[in-house]
Amino acid sequence: MTIPLVDFLGLSAILFAIGAVGVLVRKNPLIMFMSVEIMWNAVNLTFAAFARHWVNMAGHIFVFIVVTVAAAEVAIGLIIVVFVFRQRERLDVDELSSMKG
Amino acid sequence: MLANVIFWIAAVIAVAMAVTVVAAKRPMHAVVALVANFVMLGVLFLLLHAEFLAIIEVIVYAGAVVVLFLFVVALLLTGVSAPREDEGPKLLAQTPLAIILGAAILCLAGFAVAINLTLGPTPGVPEAFGSITLFGEELFTTYLLPFELTALVLLVAVIGVVFLARERH
Amino acid sequence: MLLTITIDVVKALIVIIFLMAAFGYMTLIERKLLGRFQFRPGPNRVGPKGILQPLADGVKLLLKEEIIPQGVDRFIFIFAPLISLLAALLAFAVIPFGPNVHLFGRTIPLEIAGPNLGLLYVFAIASLGVYGLILAGWASQNKYGLLGGLRSSAQIISYELAMGLSVVGILIFAGSASLNVIVAAQENVWFIFPQIIGFAIYLICAVAETNRAPFDLPEAEQEIVAGYHTEYTGMKFAMFFMAEYINMVTVSALATTLFLGGWHGPAFLPGVAWFLIKVALFLFLFIWIRATLPRIRYDKLMGFGWKILLPVALVNALGTAAWVAMIK
Repeated sequence: MTIPLVDFLGLSAILFAIGAVGVLVRKNPLIMFMSVEIMWNAVNLTFAAFARHWVNMAGHIFVFIVVTVAAAEVAIGLIIVVFVFRQRERLDVDELSSMKG
Repeated sequence: MLANVIFWIAAVIAVAMAVTVVAAKRPMHAVVALVANFVMLGVLFLLLHAEFLAIIEVIVYAGAVVVLFLFVVALLLTGVSAPREDEGPKLLAQTPLAIILGAAILCLAGFAVAINLTLGPTPGVPEAFGSITLFGEELFTTYLLPFELTALVLLVAVIGVVFLARERH
Repeated sequence: MLLTITIDVVKALIVIIFLMAAFGYMTLIERKLLGRFQFRPGPNRVGPKGILQPLADGVKLLLKEEIIPQGVDRFIFIFAPLISLLAALLAFAVIPFGPNVHLFGRTIPLEIAGPNLGLLYVFAIASLGVYGLILAGWASQNKYGLLGGLRSSAQIISYELAMGLSVVGILIFAGSASLNVIVAAQENVWFIFPQIIGFAIYLICAVAETNRAPFDLPEAEQEIVAGYHTEYTGMKFAMFFMAEYINMVTVSALATTLFLGGWHGPAFLPGVAWFLIKVALFLFLFIWIRATLPRIRYDKLMGFGWKILLPVALVNALGTAAWVAMIK
């Protein structure tokens, strides 16, 4: 008995919401990044679930592309975080407001 | 039957680990929870007959991207606790508002699924579905252009990282 | 269904017992061989010719005091060696160590699992094994530990790439990533002969992956105390030790599966025996290399992996692909 599609979609929605809450609540850029990773993974799960449902490999290809772009983005984002930390010795996105207004 | 049991175990652990990532006081615990989350998602991909995606998830996401996070956390936050963050003042009622917004996103997603629930039963899949041969065929014929563009994105990222991390005098 | 699960559990137990016994006797064989390479007899006091030495070592490690330094993150400190050992044991699950066995009217394949992506599974588990090192190095709250852990993991990640590329030629020849199919495709000619460059690269990367000499700067006693396992004592240290030797066995088993035809061999010995002989050959090679070559400096090690091995592996993969495309 195959697992119904709704279960996967529900799980994916829950993970996406948790990731979104993480981005909104935390101030450490590393943890915000990790929450965004969780959101990406939730979307990947949705793609794979629909690919399974409609027996179409396009979903898998899309997941592959999302994974690759996410990896590239994490690399650049982390190096920026390292630079900010080197300057300020603090990891707090709320302090990076010198361009405000 | 066995698939259902594995699904529920993997789903519960994935959600628990995601909550740990979001709520952990120490960044190192968040990173370890993230790895566990990704491995559980790999298991879920296997349940969806997406075997190549499961391997990609473990090799690329859990095995490389999170290692990057781990390096940064290990080098920047060498103290065991994280005294330098989450100490400043938060916006007014930030946490409750965020949780309300998260619940709103969940309701939105649930609504989207409910009004579209004319999906019908899940058909069976051919043996080769999700295998690396079928994936390769699709990737290199129908989706060749996105593949090449993704390679270009990676190249730009590598150039960016090498440039940003160069020696400065 | 229950019978299938029982058979799988029995196979898993046999493999785990074999790996633990292999770990025990590898420590003894390594010390005796190193001794012979250095004109001395090696340990020979415990039992006849030192055969009971692993038992003595095991008892010693079990009875040692478990020290947890003050101020460390306890959960990660205790968890890290577990990850290393788990990854080392899990990687062996897809390696076929013999031809199909016919028992009770069923055909039982001599491997714990034979997924279509068996080869990639081994690389996935190897990527997960890196975590044990970094977490141990960080959790020790010790500069030597952190530096050793980071160096070790950077080395492993870099050589993982070249290792993955070096087996692409095998994938092209066999047409599948399933280790069963790869072994079956080597019935007539072992893949070491057409893929000699891939084999050489794989061997060098295997030595680097398991942190063995000459690539063992991250845990060299003379330079960095003991690298990432400086602060570990007793059973936790034993787990790291086990993980290293079991990794060696796994990498040797993978090399025989990919390049030396797995369990194929002339019929006067059973397949499993041929498999064990070939794995033993690789383990001897590992010890021989350790006894002979000097340690390589870390920056030269990384330069070698990225600037020489990776391009050569890439050229090997492309060349193999071009050659196979031409003759088809």
